[in-house]
Amino acid sequence: MRGIVGYGAYLPYGRLERKAIAEALGSPAGPGTRAVASYDEDTTSLGVEAGRAALRGAGVVPQALYFATSDPAYLDKTNATAIHAALDLPASAFAVDVVGSVRSAVGAMRAARDARTPALAVLSDIRTGLPGGADERDGGDGAAAFLFADDAPDARVVAEPVAAASATAEFLDRWRLPGEPASRHWEERFGEHAYVPLGESALAEALKQAGVTAPGLARLIVAGPHGRAVKRVAAAAGAKKEAVADDLAATVGNAGAAHAGLMFAGALDQAQADDLIAVVSLADGADASVWRVTAAPRRPAGVSARLAGGARVSYPTFLAWRGFLKREPPRRPDPQPPEAPAARRSEAWKFAFTGSRCQACGARHLPPQRVCVKCHAVDRMAPERLADVPATIATFTVDRLAFSPSPPMVVAVLDFEGGGRFQSEMTDVDPSAVKIGDRVGMTFRRIVTAGGVHNYFWKARPLHGQ
Amino acid sequence: MASNGIRDRVAIVGMGCTSFGEHWDRGASDLLVDAAGEALTSAGIELRHVDAFWLGTLFSGQSGLTLSRPLKIDYKPVSRLENYCATGSEAFRNACYAVASGAYDVAMAIGVEKLKDSGYSGLPNTRSAGDGTAAAMTAPAMFSLLAPAYAKKYGIEAGQLKDVMTRIAWKNHRNGALNPRAQFRKEVPKETIACSPLVAGPLGIFDCSGVSDGSAAAIIVRAEDARRYTDKPLYVKALSFVAGPAAGPIDPDYDYTTFPEVIASAADAYAQAGIKDARQELAMAEVHDCFTPTELVLMEDLGFSARGTAWKDVLAGTFDLDGELAVNPDGGLKSFGHPIGASGLRMLFECWLQLRGEAGKRQIASVGRGRKLALTHNLGGAPGECVSFVGVVGSEPSA
Repeated sequence: MRGIVGYGAYLPYGRLERKAIAEALGSPAGPGTRAVASYDEDTTSLGVEAGRAALRGAGVVPQALYFATSDPAYLDKTNATAIHAALDLPASAFAVDVVGSVRSAVGAMRAARDARTPALAVLSDIRTGLPGGADERDGGDGAAAFLFADDAPDARVVAEPVAAASATAEFLDRWRLPGEPASRHWEERFGEHAYVPLGESALAEALKQAGVTAPGLARLIVAGPHGRAVKRVAAAAGAKKEAVADDLAATVGNAGAAHAGLMFAGALDQAQADDLIAVVSLADGADASVWRVTAAPRRPAGVSARLAGGARVSYPTFLAWRGFLKREPPRRPDPQPPEAPAARRSEAWKFAFTGSRCQACGARHLPPQRVCVKCHAVDRMAPERLADVPATIATFTVDRLAFSPSPPMVVAVLDFEGGGRFQSEMTDVDPSAVKIGDRVGMTFRRIVTAGGVHNYFWKARPLHGQ
Repeated sequence: MASNGIRDRVAIVGMGCTSFGEHWDRGASDLLVDAAGEALTSAGIELRHVDAFWLGTLFSGQSGLTLSRPLKIDYKPVSRLENYCATGSEAFRNACYAVASGAYDVAMAIGVEKLKDSGYSGLPNTRSAGDGTAAAMTAPAMFSLLAPAYAKKYGIEAGQLKDVMTRIAWKNHRNGALNPRAQFRKEVPKETIACSPLVAGPLGIFDCSGVSDGSAAAIIVRAEDARRYTDKPLYVKALSFVAGPAAGPIDPDYDYTTFPEVIASAADAYAQAGIKDARQELAMAEVHDCFTPTELVLMEDLGFSARGTAWKDVLAGTFDLDGELAVNPDGGLKSFGHPIGASGLRMLFECWLQLRGEAGKRQIASVGRGRKLALTHNLGGAPGECVSFVGVVGSEPSA
């Protein structure tokens, strides 16, 4: 039996209160918050965090990675390769983008489901609209990842696919030209008219294949960028009222290509053995799938615990992060892009946070060194990945002069559990709250974009008692 | 294997130093012509009498042509070198060795930096981004890492440490107010220093050295020839330079309250000069006060204060102009700014004035009471990964 053997979700730290938009622009805005990717996050880095969560404790190494987003960080260059590198997957593992639309996520899931090897689907999105618009208000940012493999003693299938059906149609509901900052959409009622029958038909077919009826579903997930169509399909499906999953609108917002995945991960967190979960995605047609939850122990993604987020992001900060508010830069040299050959030479360090350990004396080194800082042994190093090792702050500073896309820059000297030290930029942090002795974990981020190059590397973030 | 030193084998017989500041109307070439000219006049010689030149500059030019072109040096050896913020001292050290070796009779060490043409706050970047994994923090941020670590280790409240830092800046500005060559020639009230806008960590703008242009030069001859040029030569007692393994940022055993490189170069310099107790024997010290916590930590690393007590000595006025050991009597980097290539030689220029009794209102009393040694110190890099220079000069050859 092949199915999901691991899954994970990632929601960024920041939340924007919708009333903050209303206060700033005088426009109406609903209640609740939306999740906001930080200035140093993009769909690739969000995907890395979800992928790390899915692979944590997994007894199997993916041999393929499918990355879906509507908002790829690069065009003409595969983004999945950066995720592949950050997850420290073997070179033999395939990695490919399935990008451009919300429906790409369904493609990534199906490709991973149907692969002949262990495969990881990474679904990630950052949703933005023009200031004051519905997409800005109702959108959300996040990522989810699902690892598929054959059932094995050290990689038990936790959810098994039992049916899938599609209904494809070509019509203009939502679209965006490459390079544009926001999507366009047709009149809302037209999209509803087009989507609802497609959704109903795909779900009906999937339930039929699975041999169940809607009331037999433990959870019904309907997701898609068209809010009204989603609500109607969910309400009209005939599922038990308590089975209809929370759409996360009040907390996260609609996370585009990641949204169905986030809801699915949340449902898996709460599911019982033998539960049936249906997932319907309304995006340029409708795709429905039905999953049976097994009795195998699950490592939860902790979706519900992540919904509240960590800190409020002010609306001006949100606008600055999204590039709608250009701030005066410091009187400092412009940041330099990383050099391609240097970045390639240090791929394991830069992307996977792999340092080295001296085989002569055991000292850890970040970045990896050839000569041991302690015993001076030469070329006796073995690689050692520290991405998941917590660290403690030895000293720190708040640099108000350095260039940062969101000043001030916070830098800490980190001492890693089990040895090793590194000076690291911090993120998701209140500069006034940093203390010597605080515990931090590493997170994959886009440090800066300079000269058209995204500079990916790791930063430290507070563990907040974890 | 050891550092043997060249104690009393060479001497400084002339020096020059431009004013430091925002020289919008003078380029690096102009500053070099001015400093070299003053040094030659001071030694009573002409350019043609100098056999070889060492030029220190980090940003303001490459190759010996940077000096030979503006000075019109006729087919003589000119070396250009840099060693971060110790660049000026490195030019001096290498010129001294050349004369001590017998290769040349007369050498010039000269340093220059033209920082104000860049338009940036602070220093321009020197490194390429490489693989993009080094935290791109600024120099004040790197040195500000010392502050919380020092406070934590010695149980000092943050506010108390800020008082100590403020006292250092206040003292150096007070000295600089007496110096016509300084960039900043005004006393600054402690309240102004303490409340200045934050730059990095607890460092306000007044905890940071300024950005300026300047040049300084020295003429070096063999000690036995010195009195042919001046009645009051300065004898070179010690020259020590070390580059550390840059272990601090990767070694958890480094605690960000000290510069091991400074400890090593100070020990070497004191051995070369025969100094047993620097605080008791030196008339003065010019140290690398790039940021106020740097000067605090240096007082311990140079052996002026016992470990963990420099902050008390600072508050007690031990290092004031009229204190037990005057530190940065000319006003330091704080008052002069830090034109990289020039700073080490600018420090030496203060030793030249003080030990010869020519420092005017800044004249240190202990010179009159018989103290004859002065120390200069530079460091370049950042805590845990730096180069350090310690030099000692004296107004008399050793007995």
